[in-house]
Amino acid sequence: MTNHWIDVKNADVILVFGSNAAENHPVSFGWVMDAVDKGAKLINVDPRFTRTSSVAHLYAPLRSGSDIAFIGGMINYVIQNKRYNEEYVVSYTNAATIVSADFKGPGDLDGLFVGYNEKNRAYDASKWQYQLEPEQPPPEGATTKPLRFPREDRTLQDSNCVFQLMKKHYSRYDPDTVSRITGTPKEVFLKVCELYASTGEPEKAGSIMYAMGQTQHTVGTQNVRALAILQLLLGNIGVAGGGVNALRGLFNVQGSTDMSLLSNMLPGYIGLPEQAKHPRLKDYIEKETPAVSYWNNKPAFFVSLLKAWWGNAATKENDFAYDFLPKGNGNYSWIPLFEAMHAGKINGLIVLGQNPAVSGADQSVVRAALGKLDWLVVSDLWETETMSFWKRPGVNPAQIRTEVFALPAAASVERSGSVTNSARWIMWRWKAIDPPGDAKPDLWMLDRLYKAIRKAYKDSTTPKDRPILDLNWSYGDGPEYDAVAKEVNGYDLSQGKLAPGFAALKADGTTSCGNWIYSGFYPDGNTNKAAGRDNKDPSGLGFHPGWGFAWPANRRILYNRCSTKPDGTPWNEKKKVIWWDANQKKWIGNDVPDFVPTKAPDAKRNPQALGLAALGGTDAFIMKTDGKGWTFAPAGIVDGPLPEHYEPLESPVGNALSQVNFNPASKVWRPDEVGKTDKFPIVGTTYRLSEHMQAGAMSRNLPWLAELMPELFVEIGTELASEKGIKSGDLVVVRTARGEVTGTALVTTRFKPFTIEGKIIHQIGIPWHFGYVGIITGDSANVLTPHVGDANTMMPEYKAFLCNVEKA
Amino acid sequence: MAKNAMLIDTSKCIACRGCQVACKEWNDLRAGKTKMIPGTYQNPPAIAANTWTIVRYSEKSDDNGTRWLFRKEQCLHCDQASCVEVCPTGAMAKHYDEFVEVDQEWCIGCRYCVQACPFGAVQFDETTGTVKKCTLCIDRVLTGLEPACVKACPSGALSFGDREKLLTVARGRVDTLRARGSGSSGVYGKDELGGLKVIYILNGPPVAYGLAPNPQVATASLSSSWLSGLLATGVLASLPFWFLFRRKRELAAETQEVLPTTGGE
Repeated sequence: MTNHWIDVKNADVILVFGSNAAENHPVSFGWVMDAVDKGAKLINVDPRFTRTSSVAHLYAPLRSGSDIAFIGGMINYVIQNKRYNEEYVVSYTNAATIVSADFKGPGDLDGLFVGYNEKNRAYDASKWQYQLEPEQPPPEGATTKPLRFPREDRTLQDSNCVFQLMKKHYSRYDPDTVSRITGTPKEVFLKVCELYASTGEPEKAGSIMYAMGQTQHTVGTQNVRALAILQLLLGNIGVAGGGVNALRGLFNVQGSTDMSLLSNMLPGYIGLPEQAKHPRLKDYIEKETPAVSYWNNKPAFFVSLLKAWWGNAATKENDFAYDFLPKGNGNYSWIPLFEAMHAGKINGLIVLGQNPAVSGADQSVVRAALGKLDWLVVSDLWETETMSFWKRPGVNPAQIRTEVFALPAAASVERSGSVTNSARWIMWRWKAIDPPGDAKPDLWMLDRLYKAIRKAYKDSTTPKDRPILDLNWSYGDGPEYDAVAKEVNGYDLSQGKLAPGFAALKADGTTSCGNWIYSGFYPDGNTNKAAGRDNKDPSGLGFHPGWGFAWPANRRILYNRCSTKPDGTPWNEKKKVIWWDANQKKWIGNDVPDFVPTKAPDAKRNPQALGLAALGGTDAFIMKTDGKGWTFAPAGIVDGPLPEHYEPLESPVGNALSQVNFNPASKVWRPDEVGKTDKFPIVGTTYRLSEHMQAGAMSRNLPWLAELMPELFVEIGTELASEKGIKSGDLVVVRTARGEVTGTALVTTRFKPFTIEGKIIHQIGIPWHFGYVGIITGDSANVLTPHVGDANTMMPEYKAFLCNVEKA
Repeated sequence: MAKNAMLIDTSKCIACRGCQVACKEWNDLRAGKTKMIPGTYQNPPAIAANTWTIVRYSEKSDDNGTRWLFRKEQCLHCDQASCVEVCPTGAMAKHYDEFVEVDQEWCIGCRYCVQACPFGAVQFDETTGTVKKCTLCIDRVLTGLEPACVKACPSGALSFGDREKLLTVARGRVDTLRARGSGSSGVYGKDELGGLKVIYILNGPPVAYGLAPNPQVATASLSSSWLSGLLATGVLASLPFWFLFRRKRELAAETQEVLPTTGGE
């Protein structure tokens, strides 16, 4: 979340889009209800009418996989009707920035951006770049040339400025076209536009809440970017009650992502070095450190990370053990991992806190892949489908050679440690009870595992074993959670003290830090701010600065420089976050400023400086090289600088906007397993229910939860059901190009057919919690889903595929 | 002392069923082996001896769109409680003039109360031969806690506290809902059956939520009709019943219990 859960109560309009917040975040949803109590309006856009829709003021249905058409249409509405916050847009976003004269978009090139290479399905982004100010000689007395900032037209009139490019791009997303693609009735779509556009008024705030309904698509990253663009245009980023707010599906998804769950990231979103591109530390630092933005400090964060991991063995002479760090040589995300396993390229797998034999897309691949391992270790609270894949229905255990080890794990209340919630709050937790039997915490298991490996290698003199033997591993015998937390926070090694925050980190090896964005949560031996439980809220706006610790720097609302007008006075006096105090000559307020505290609102850019010192008083996005919110992304996105609608891999219709049906930068792993409308005319989607947890081990083993949702069901609209002669309670079979599942039909008016390009398109839905182990069992919906992922993240497309449904 | 009440705001209910689980957890009620009920998420299908509260789902769809209405069903602890009226033994009785409770020691399993309850809130337990129902967590309330379901509710749909204050809240909420266009919104339970201890804010007419618009109290004590029937079979056979029925009259004559300080605000 750019904002945080409690802050949702400050919103004037809440748009829940691609999330079923009431069902999947029922406790946090209380803040939405609080906002509604105070008069806020709640909009819900979703393919099906859910328990969130039931409490919304306005519900709009859309076909799964057509989100960008819908959001693009909203962007078009906001631009055409001048509902954007112009002062905000000009000052804080890159709308005024002028892009290369060679840039061409999908409107010019029939669905493609300039720079596409069909052979490797990839873009060369060189023509998406900004035009820069003319080169200047070094000023007198200086030796370095001044920085060249991007050219701007603050009147937003230049035909190549981002605003005009965006306006042209989204002019293709007119309400009629949107309705033809999404199936949303035009008048309902316009009601959503009108209501949400009201938050473009400077003193109003709109909050967008999204979840897997946006990300689990082959255009998932661009879905979220589209939401971000909308929020930037309306001036909803950085303000109280605003934000692009990702609702995480578990209490520590944010924490695991922060700690490098993503296979291409090191902790704190430091990109993983690649062997070919960065053979030495110097190459990494030179190529990956931008001159401008706070990322100019990346060398300090990176070297401190190496010091945390390899301690005294990381020296200036050996590039701080850079060679010890495994380098990226490919894509290690979910789909490639299981494809590699399926191809027999992976020997062993350790699974902690996951149940891939239910949760992974295309289960026939996942379950077969597990059978190609030599060994598999699974740690969980209960027997799971993954531990027992070798005795799943229809399989002869004698033919599976994988040796499986099951480790009993301690539950969250049976151990201490921290979690980081959706709001980026690091929250310390205390053990409440002892784990039962032999169950142990994950940290205990990993500690014993590492120590056993180190023992096995202890006599080695081979250089390749040094990364194992020299690892800085000193958490005691407990092991001590506090010791881990302190390592994450970091140390000033020269003083032997804990680091006060990431600003103190250095690239010279005198500091260590396990995750720079967390630095400061444990600033001295007696203060673990994550354990803070001071409930005071002086502003009344829900910041609660003494409750846990929000990374970075206990900042509750990111980009909060934008909560004021360019001159430093709040857009909304009643919901003010920070403001410029001219007497004290600094930013003060209810939150920690996301800005240089003493940089005046009218400060000019300094082309002779580096890092944040180069940026000016309205360059509010301090992690960006131009200090601006990127409505147009010249870098960092592989499938285009502006979100463009493409159909899912499996779609009932062609792309109404261009000849390019499918995201041209997404990799198709299994072209033989792509279903077509002749056999599979119905759109399918998968989702979660309040009553079950993720892959189901935690809820299908609890009788009180099991009785609430006891079996797999398939939700089918009344129209489709009557066409197929299906009644509620009938057993039905759902088939896709990958497989089939059987479940009980639930015929409902909450699913309605869509009219897409004049054709009636039906959609059905299936919860994905079920599997073959537990006190209640059922077929896994992911037998149906395709092994294809988002072009940027490789997140599987769980949310939209083609299927058919028949009575069993 | 002012009476307490529970307020169920159906317009805020998100049907997460945390209340159902909390009820089972606090009261140690076993889970049943269930099947999907055709056409609904609702489960268990109805209030039962081991399920004292359920969320009832009603789905409606017309030209104005789709509505999915949720109502938490449970014993409403009526002021004029039919179950109390018809109970021959006094096992079903009002305590502290507010809580309708069944005394398991005295229940003879005749199931008159099951028949008489207009809300289906009392059910027979085959294993104990007695009836069971929501206690409104009297064991929690008497120690200053709110009922378990209220404690668990995440969306603000359930609250517990001073009845008059909650009625004021309810009236204000209904005004808001009506102003938003729900003309048929209303408060249910203020005067029904002498005033219910569990009050609803309904975002539509009672019938849309499966509630009788004008519930009637069952006719007065049936013990006399029981007795006349039993007397016909012989005086000796009737004697044990005489002791049971006498208790009801004695209970009625007892001094009023005084409710200790309650919490739940």
